[in-house]
Amino acid sequence: MALDSKIPEGKLQEKWEEYKEHAKLVNPANKRKVEVIVVGTGLAGASAAATLAELGYKVKAFCFQDSPRRAHSIAAQGGINSAKNYKNDGDSVYRLFYDTIKGGDFRAREANVYRLAQVSTDIIDQCTAQGVPFAREYGGLLDNRSFGGAQVSRTFYARGQTGQQLLLGAYQALERQIGLGNVQMYSRHEMVDVVIIDGKARGIIARNLITGKLERYFGHAVVLASGGYGNVFYLSTNAMGSNVTAAWKAHKKGAYFANPCYTQIHPTCIPVSGDYQSKLTLMSESLRNDGRVWVPKTREDAKAIREGKKRAEDIKEEDRDYYLERKYPSFGNLCPRDIASRAAKEACDDGRGIVPSGFGVFLDFADAIKRLGIDTVKARYGELFPMYQNITNEDPLKTPMKIYPAVHYTMGGLWVDYELMTSIQGLYCLGEANFSDHGANRLGASALMQGLADGYFVLPYTIGNYLSAEIFTKAIPTDHPAFEEAAKAADERMKKLLSINGKQTVEDIHRKLGKIMWEYCGMARNAEGLTKARKLIQELREEFWKDVKVTGDQNDFNPELDKAGRVADFLELGELMVIDALNRNESCGGHFREEYQEQGEAKRDDANYLYVAAWEFKGVGADPELHKEDLKYENIKLQVRSYK
Amino acid sequence: MKLNLKVWRQNNANAAGKLVDYTVDGLNPDMSFLEMVDVLNDHLVKKGEEPVAFDHDCREGICGMCSMYIDGRAHGPQHAATTCQLYLRSFKDGDTVHVEPWRSRAFPIVKDLVTDRSAFDRIIAAGGFISVNTGQARDANNLPVDKHDAEKAMDAAACIGCGACVAACPNGAAMLFVSAKISQLALLPQGQPERDLRALRMVEQMDAEGFGNCSNIGACEAECPKEIKLTNIARMNRDFLAASVGSETE
Repeated sequence: MALDSKIPEGKLQEKWEEYKEHAKLVNPANKRKVEVIVVGTGLAGASAAATLAELGYKVKAFCFQDSPRRAHSIAAQGGINSAKNYKNDGDSVYRLFYDTIKGGDFRAREANVYRLAQVSTDIIDQCTAQGVPFAREYGGLLDNRSFGGAQVSRTFYARGQTGQQLLLGAYQALERQIGLGNVQMYSRHEMVDVVIIDGKARGIIARNLITGKLERYFGHAVVLASGGYGNVFYLSTNAMGSNVTAAWKAHKKGAYFANPCYTQIHPTCIPVSGDYQSKLTLMSESLRNDGRVWVPKTREDAKAIREGKKRAEDIKEEDRDYYLERKYPSFGNLCPRDIASRAAKEACDDGRGIVPSGFGVFLDFADAIKRLGIDTVKARYGELFPMYQNITNEDPLKTPMKIYPAVHYTMGGLWVDYELMTSIQGLYCLGEANFSDHGANRLGASALMQGLADGYFVLPYTIGNYLSAEIFTKAIPTDHPAFEEAAKAADERMKKLLSINGKQTVEDIHRKLGKIMWEYCGMARNAEGLTKARKLIQELREEFWKDVKVTGDQNDFNPELDKAGRVADFLELGELMVIDALNRNESCGGHFREEYQEQGEAKRDDANYLYVAAWEFKGVGADPELHKEDLKYENIKLQVRSYK
Repeated sequence: MKLNLKVWRQNNANAAGKLVDYTVDGLNPDMSFLEMVDVLNDHLVKKGEEPVAFDHDCREGICGMCSMYIDGRAHGPQHAATTCQLYLRSFKDGDTVHVEPWRSRAFPIVKDLVTDRSAFDRIIAAGGFISVNTGQARDANNLPVDKHDAEKAMDAAACIGCGACVAACPNGAAMLFVSAKISQLALLPQGQPERDLRALRMVEQMDAEGFGNCSNIGACEAECPKEIKLTNIARMNRDFLAASVGSETE
């Protein structure tokens, strides 16, 4: 199938208006007859489900957690970007668009990103009206702060809990629609397959996680807002339950998976401390506004710190290497995430890491405390300092934080067109689960913006354009052969997982997969390592299906079985990520190939790789087929991304 | 480091439950409490036994999913922390630790340490929102909000809906949870049009779910991982009374 991104004709600034003016509508009486399934209740899913219900559609929403309020969007700390220009510091829709394209290392679609910047202002209005308690100035107006990759202050925030507050806003809008009877909510349900009938998405199979029973649901359209796949690395800042299953099942049913290798490694996380560790904790990037990143200039000093013979305070100012300020004087500590992460890796690979494992750098607030006073610094980072202290037993007001990059976000995801429809008719994908807006690297405070843009302001328009032709489609009974077949396959797979009765736990194998991914497909990649990784993943997958041990029963509350299903999917996705990384013979954003660099900086190859790599599934272990969507830059000139 | 655990095991809401003894050895004080349970479960699975079911997700203290009653305290001994933010350095080598689910009539047990807290969702659905459809909002800066009010609203909004307040309360009252949402929205100008109706509907739903009444014990505030204040309950009671007396919808 040829990829048609369906980007409207016309000037960049007019495309979205033009689209909205001509998109087909569904009249209110007919909306009541149309059912839409939404999988996932994070920012994208909750906002979409609520808005579609407000419009009059009959919505069924699903989440695997015990309540829609728990989705992992809740953990986002720093903020949400918007081109409001309330600060009068030169911001505009164009500048947010430009920063996002550049931040994404020129691998995102111009039209999508411009639309994102346009609707970003509506998001702030909507959330404020819902009662989201954004930070304010003394005059009562909204406050902003600056964030990585931008030279203006356009980030709105609610202490260090912006994601929580935005999600609760969307959750409350969703609960309101549940209370009104417009949304049927299915918590503790996990989608285990999508049902395709005559080429169109027509429903899902979901496992009721309490009873263990497989249930079937029909929808005229299906919307996936199921989040990112960072947990393929085992250790990441994602929630324990975050998984790729919904997106991966759709991929296996024909939806193309785009740019899976683009992984964001966040520079400011608490370093790994032991083998038992289950997850990594992020410290908001907003800390880089006031914190200065450094390691000692010499390996000797670093070694002394690692061995506990010296403390950070013992290193004199002139013996410290504030490497981000040195290498990127114009952006300094506020350079984008991929760049800050690689610089930390470089310093540690040089033997100048400051934690026992060797993989950690300092984030120092001493200067900020001198400049602003301890109370201001404390107020600015409310929750974050106590959280750090609780985990590490060290007070960042007294001694520098220790941080290291960790997997945080995945820019890749299901391929979608301008309407957010995947390559399967009637199957949509929103938020982190899709690939569309961040290119090869996402800027801080842009994930919340994209999730809410997709759910509140984009999908509600574009889905009507499709559903207008579906108003005569009667609900398809769920004993249709396509439902039967999908449910049977899901049932057999669970039976298989429970019957293996091997020696390794699901965690054991997940941990092994994570090690392979981090070593060969992490912050730095090369052809040799990636080739090896593909073989290792194939072998590990075989091991899983021969030797995994899953306890408990199928028709019961059984988290081990849920986890086994998710890890089985990660074992297939990991291979695709490696294939994609191997195919992309260039470095860009979150994809750094050691063979392609210039003086330590990523070297893009626009002549050969200015495209979206959309992969078509051809069977487990088989080579997927590559479809290229060429990226056209009509408004922004391609250039080497520099933050120097 | 070694811990002796007494863990509540119960197959489902209707089955009888009991405390089961486990010993977990080779622990490290820097591990989180939930990582210790991971280690226990790893041993159990390898022995072919069913692991202990427990709710958890973000493991950074914000999703509100984790919910263990540890040594008689909601979320355990550490002040202002969720179970996932509790570290083993809060315990001594060789300690015996009791681990139970939230105990409340309105939170039936699903399995082991997992409870059904959907009553909270239904209370929000009854009125814990501002009715503004997508696209109806005016420019955000057209409505200034006093910074102090905004800060107080944020204090109340920090609630993570974990249910520790209910679990800690001898009456099984949900008033801290309900009042946090009522307060957040009542403190903001955006929340004024529905203020009366919101208080009436949320309290009505709270009662219908079988939560108990407040008798000013204060255990909820003491155990809340986000330090939500009792003053919210006072505000809710004022709003509820005013709405009950002044309302024509009665």
